[in-house]
Amino acid sequence: MSDRGQTWFDEAAGPLVRPYAVTRGRTRADRPDLQVITLVMALHPMSEIPERGLDPEHLQILSRSLRPISIAEIASELQLPLSVVKILVGDLIGRKLLIFRSAITPDIQVIQAVINGIRRL
Amino acid sequence: MAFDGSDPHPPGLAASAVKILIAGGFGVGKTTMVASVSEIPPLRTEELITELSRDVDDLTGVEGKTTTTVALDFGRITVDPQLVLYLFGTPGQDRFWFLWNELAQGAIGAVVLADTRRLDACFPAVDFFESRGIPLVIGVNRFAGAPLYTVEEVRAALDLADVPTMLCDVRDRESCKELLLLLGEHALARVAGAPPRSVLS
Repeated sequence: MSDRGQTWFDEAAGPLVRPYAVTRGRTRADRPDLQVITLVMALHPMSEIPERGLDPEHLQILSRSLRPISIAEIASELQLPLSVVKILVGDLIGRKLLIFRSAITPDIQVIQAVINGIRRL
Repeated sequence: MAFDGSDPHPPGLAASAVKILIAGGFGVGKTTMVASVSEIPPLRTEELITELSRDVDDLTGVEGKTTTTVALDFGRITVDPQLVLYLFGTPGQDRFWFLWNELAQGAIGAVVLADTRRLDACFPAVDFFESRGIPLVIGVNRFAGAPLYTVEEVRAALDLADVPTMLCDVRDRESCKELLLLLGEHALARVAGAPPRSVLS
């Protein structure tokens, strides 16, 4: 992994497990509708999850999704890049283990709700 | 919103999320502002951005040297049981978050923080949001020891007549709330088709 005469140390060498290894080489999310603030939630309790075909990262995502949680929060907790989490979340949606709610376009009602929410802080 | 983990038929996911971006130059207080109003301590995550693809949904090319990692600090405000607001700030001195188009898409708007000692540091962020038609307001953070200016003086120096601007202290929760409310009202006026407010406080 080094150019001629060049050696990479520590952070310069990159993470120990490269992100695209976690995704089994996949570099593109099948679901372009997943965004940083897309909320996901597990459809089943962990005891009912079939582990066959799931990687440890998949299970870690499911265990954090027993309440609604954003892609951003999952990525932060698992210390994985957002793009990688989107691919893994896409797998789980495809297997009907997660449901998701896309980010909404801020209209008048939404912005007014946000204003009211900030006032209550 | 929460459901019993033993329930085999959880209710549908009723909540959805919106976002506001906190932008500005290096060291201007973006993460501090997130921390001041968030209900959780700010979290950090990162994204791989390839300068070639300009598409962060796509990891193609991450093996190459044109990839950079852009960090993101964010906080959360539960507006009501159905709506969560996320506040995103890009910490550090990274130039590359401007490649991160998804982050800006669909945002209610952006707070651009400015420092009177380096006013020009906020211009790239202002240009970024203006060119995309994203509502923005400017918060002029009051740093200890920095020269004190009036809002009028700062606005004249920025030459941004149509951007709502106010003085703020990003360490102060109430001040950050005021700044977010200024943005909220500005975004509301834009969505409602009213002329944007140019002066406030």
